[in-house]
Amino acid sequence: MYINVDNQKTYIATGSKDHIQGNLGITFVHGTAMDHTVWTLASRHFARRGLNILAVDLPGHGRSEGDVISSIEGMADWVVKALDASNQDKTIIVGHSMGSLVAFDVAARYPDRITALAMVGTSIPMPVGDVLLDNAKADKHVAKEMVNFWSHSQAAHLGGSQVPGTWMLGKLIRLLERSGPGVIYNDLKACQDYSEGLERSKHIQAPTLLILGEDDFMTPVRNTKGLIENIPHSRTVMLPNCGHAIVNEAPNEMLDALVTMV
Amino acid sequence: MAKVKTYDFDTLSNHAGQRPDKETGARAVPIYQTASYVFRDSDAGAAMFNIERGGHVYSRISNPTTAVLEERISALEGGVGAVATSSGQAAVFNTIATLVDQGGHIVSSYALYGGTHNLMEYTLPRFGITTTFVDPNDIEGFKKAIKPETRLIFGETVANPRTEVLNIPEISKIAHDNDIPLVIDSTTTTPYLMKPFELGADIVVHSATKFLSGHGTSMAGLIVDGGTFDWESTDKFPQMTDKYAGFHNLSFTEEFGPAAFISRVRNEAARDFGACLAPHSAFLVLNGTETLSVRMDKHISNTRQVVEYLDQHDMVEWVSHPDLENHPNHELAKELLPKGSTAVFSFGIKGGREIGQVFIDRLDLFSNLANIGDAKSLVIHPASTTHQRMSVEDLEEAGISEGLIRLSIGIESVDDLIEDLEKGFRTASKALKT
Repeated sequence: MYINVDNQKTYIATGSKDHIQGNLGITFVHGTAMDHTVWTLASRHFARRGLNILAVDLPGHGRSEGDVISSIEGMADWVVKALDASNQDKTIIVGHSMGSLVAFDVAARYPDRITALAMVGTSIPMPVGDVLLDNAKADKHVAKEMVNFWSHSQAAHLGGSQVPGTWMLGKLIRLLERSGPGVIYNDLKACQDYSEGLERSKHIQAPTLLILGEDDFMTPVRNTKGLIENIPHSRTVMLPNCGHAIVNEAPNEMLDALVTMV
Repeated sequence: MAKVKTYDFDTLSNHAGQRPDKETGARAVPIYQTASYVFRDSDAGAAMFNIERGGHVYSRISNPTTAVLEERISALEGGVGAVATSSGQAAVFNTIATLVDQGGHIVSSYALYGGTHNLMEYTLPRFGITTTFVDPNDIEGFKKAIKPETRLIFGETVANPRTEVLNIPEISKIAHDNDIPLVIDSTTTTPYLMKPFELGADIVVHSATKFLSGHGTSMAGLIVDGGTFDWESTDKFPQMTDKYAGFHNLSFTEEFGPAAFISRVRNEAARDFGACLAPHSAFLVLNGTETLSVRMDKHISNTRQVVEYLDQHDMVEWVSHPDLENHPNHELAKELLPKGSTAVFSFGIKGGREIGQVFIDRLDLFSNLANIGDAKSLVIHPASTTHQRMSVEDLEEAGISEGLIRLSIGIESVDDLIEDLEKGFRTASKALKT
């Protein structure tokens, strides 16, 4: 459905179900240059269970209008405005990759709105290699190819999708190709520049779930050590043979983990 | 310039879609000969039915063996996903049925496999879907044939049997200028010789019975979604963009993004029309894909020598193959099909139909049958068999004369194949003189 945030037409997917006033929400925030479609299976699941789904398209992404937001904090503020515009008081918040930083920042700075936090394919800090950043800045297609390549585990490069008949690398590259000029650079730079994370992690009050891919090249597991140590109430689900694109590679295991938060 | 090195074609053709079986370690793709799948629990069952979890519910919709094939062909074509069907004909029908409603219209090249022509010319009009057939070389003709109710352009990469090469880059521009997709039948070329998505096509269909399978053992079809067409750029495809009552008001573009089309195919066409691929057939096609490039190279090299031989033969009136400089699409084929164009082509024999039959009946290695793309060499007389339901006018339009003989060149010794053809010509020549 479309809502109005900052006077801009904003899209949130609802899992094909209408929201019910007063029900708990579950907010999904996508990763770099992606959109709400990465959450379709999980959205449909929690919608059937009666949660209000808010799988947002961040400004300048997917179906949402507006300019991209250049910082993780700015995106987090925007998510809270989207919650307000949807009359959603309390929500579980789930983010993947860049979206995990946004979800984390919302949970850290707006703790009264968040009942649980899930960070999928994450690390803090989230450094981005110069080669990728430079090609993204130049808006070269190869930047999207790099994100696609490094987002998948070596095993996933030969397929084995849990969704029958889906070629995971093909699906993600097409999604990335839909992003507009400058979007991928904006998002990668926002991840690179997010420096407040470990300090803020101490302020997270909500129970926190980290869902990590053992073979994640983009946000290697070793980079989550500080996060795991600093967040007061966190637990980790480690997915074997899975890369960074957990939404693509292991949607079933991700869903099983998320269900434990509800 | 930075490059990303992904797996090459020959690696994907052997491995894509499969992870060795966790329980048994089986290296070959297991044949999951099962109709249905035990749900983990009731909620998981409900979740599977509601597209909340990946997995299999019922083998009409998906099956673990066929899913490997679907992924593999998607990987080889460069698509987002695929749905396997019980035959190539089912792939064509399911694609059309997904995109075209009653009152809709198709613009198609008239250089088509006879079965596709039957479907468009005679059967689909019963359901209110009409087709305008266009000369594949008449680019402007495609443009002129488009009507407000046109929903797709259809053509074959290299047509069977007259080998017209479709100018996919130009025709895709026409399709996209009119907010409709280009659907390409890539049966004769396979992704080894051409990847239509890279040239502008939006959907690819295959009869996997042919070169993909490669051994004439299985009926199979595939629909591959390139994920490139923007269904939301137009109001022509409400079945993709609007809420679908047949699936709890799901909007395919909204929920599946680039995989909207193939998701609709699986959740409507596969579900409702039922033309699913048997897992054993999928296994056989998978075996074929493992040797695809090796076989195609041999098909092409044998074909080149046979074409050269036929082109110089006294009993041959003409040969239609893009390798020949006199072929109208010779230059286009060099551009679009640099590895080779096709192993299925036709020639005209002196003496017409009767002499042609004498020739065919004398052949030992070439089998007279209604198929192409087998490892074994094949021959047929299309006017009396595959294309017999076409009217004289339609046959003429499609360039199929009474004396036309179609060959599908196999991977046997090319010397033996030429010797076999020579025996046929000797007998035919004697018959012509008497």
